[in-house]
Amino acid sequence: MNWIELTIFTALFALVTVMGFVAARWQRGDTLDHLDEWGLGGRRFGSWVSWFLIGGDLYTAYTFVAVPALMFSAGATGFFALPYTVIVYPLVFLPLLRLWSVSRVHGYVTPADFVRGRHGSTLLALLVAITGIVATMPYIALQLVGLEAVLRTMGFNESGFLGHLPLLIAFVILAVYTYQSGLRAPALIAFVKDVLIYVVILVAVIYLPIKLGGWDTIFSAADEKFRGTPAPGDGILLNSNNQLQYATLALGSALALFLYPHSVTGVLASRGRNVIKRNMSALPAYSLMLGLLALLGFMAIAAGTTPVRNQATGKADTSTIVPALFDTQFPSWFAGIAFAAIGIGALVPAAIMSIAAANLWTRNVYKEYLHRDATPAHEAKQAKLASLVVKFGALAFILFIDPQFAIDLQLIGGVIILQTLPAVAIALYTRWLHRWGLIAGWAAGMAWGMYLLYIIPSADGSRQHFGTSALQLGKINLFGWHPFAGSTVQIYVGVLALAANLVVAVLVTLVARRMRAPSGSDATTAADYHADEGSPNLREVGVH
Amino acid sequence: MASTQVPDGGRAGLRWNAWNLLLLVPLLWLLTPLFNQQGPELFGMPFFYWFQFAGIAVGVAATTVVYLKTRRAPAGPDTPDRLDVDDLDEGAAR
Repeated sequence: MNWIELTIFTALFALVTVMGFVAARWQRGDTLDHLDEWGLGGRRFGSWVSWFLIGGDLYTAYTFVAVPALMFSAGATGFFALPYTVIVYPLVFLPLLRLWSVSRVHGYVTPADFVRGRHGSTLLALLVAITGIVATMPYIALQLVGLEAVLRTMGFNESGFLGHLPLLIAFVILAVYTYQSGLRAPALIAFVKDVLIYVVILVAVIYLPIKLGGWDTIFSAADEKFRGTPAPGDGILLNSNNQLQYATLALGSALALFLYPHSVTGVLASRGRNVIKRNMSALPAYSLMLGLLALLGFMAIAAGTTPVRNQATGKADTSTIVPALFDTQFPSWFAGIAFAAIGIGALVPAAIMSIAAANLWTRNVYKEYLHRDATPAHEAKQAKLASLVVKFGALAFILFIDPQFAIDLQLIGGVIILQTLPAVAIALYTRWLHRWGLIAGWAAGMAWGMYLLYIIPSADGSRQHFGTSALQLGKINLFGWHPFAGSTVQIYVGVLALAANLVVAVLVTLVARRMRAPSGSDATTAADYHADEGSPNLREVGVH
Repeated sequence: MASTQVPDGGRAGLRWNAWNLLLLVPLLWLLTPLFNQQGPELFGMPFFYWFQFAGIAVGVAATTVVYLKTRRAPAGPDTPDRLDVDDLDEGAAR
């Protein structure tokens, strides 16, 4: 146990705890008993707050430990996170503005709210809501994996329940202040998290290359390591089999990112369209940081760092590679700051994700099916309780089920959230796709995506199912027809599932139109998609 | 992204602006054969890595130009956007 690291970590953790509770009073509205206030922070965050909030929301602790860990073990393929974050903001720039405007006019809190209003279909809204909740739950659990990687490196590496106790304490504190303060808590804490992360990364990418002998030494060390391994897919460059996988994974991840409910929550909390536009230019600062952070995986190779052995599973845990690098290469006080940065980095997204999932539950399941005449105060109460359930559900994943299960589910989560793209993102532009087409497409994409993930073994052959999201083209089987028989080129399953979704959606739409099936009423008008702050048609915020 | 115009509530719901095409430029960073190579290196970093870092600047340039060039456009057909950027800053809240 390193007491200096622990003291600094605890002090910073205590600071954000106080901030989490104080946040309830920050930029306070008339009431917290309304989802606009508890779940969206009053819908009035400006450019700076939104930058910290959305950045703190999208670039999670799991990303901080998993991306460098992937670079450490597989090389170039792990770098997909960079092109992913390069293309995502230009790609979502226009659709997000439309989503913000229509949500602001109609008081939508979740993407499923929009789907309900746009297509007049409570079933489609329910499917989108459930998809969002199922995709988010394992994502919250993975934040705990990130937090635990830090705790285990610091020395809290017991087996059994005792090994999880620090995690439990941290999470109970988080749950209580999120319950009380809502979205304002992660918004305020994000300042601390992001500043700490920037400081740590800047110091690390200047100090470590100097200490290790320069970038060329680092890259040659990585090259040497990968040449020495029998695995065919690793290396500091891509090969002919994984380039398509690299590009489609970056594209699929970019398309999926703002379909996740927690991303939408961050965006809908902004004050106006200009806040979002400016953030699309400013958020890539985090991408730069993520790219540099990914290279820490290669620095760990050059420094000869070995991952910490997890006493709960008995195996070396590669997600501890970055904490272990900091632990061995930096003085204790700085390692303490770095650990706090990653640890607090787990809290911000976990809080926002639980709020987003709670909003979905409350608006699109509870109010729609269980308690139709719920008042806004009822909704806020229900969402607060739901946020507790969601967080402890995620905690139970880690405590009682193998964390590997959460990682598998997260893999599935990325594929299934993509299946809401036609109902949410395409619907922002056109209602051409019929609601029955969207429902059928969703079902087809989900089924095929799950099936494809099921048949992929892990690269080292240790597991038969849900090994990775990279499918060999030769394995594609369309009703007995193998269009790419024998090919070992890999592709991201998510884009295949999305393609199936779109094809089925179009076909069923054509049939539904031929049969003159009612296409549902559209609660939105063309002008709603261009409304901005100051427009006369905006819904008043937080009104009972 | 759908680009077909569909009659929506009797009015076209999409506003065409050629500057928006700039948002497609960063998609070039998905074409891995363009940059999957060792050299030329920069500060000891293979081309594969620094070229993708350079993509961040291109993405920022694309979104910034589109923001600046579409800023003056009215916010809605009957609701001109009279707000200046500074009106939207933190201090001016409420």
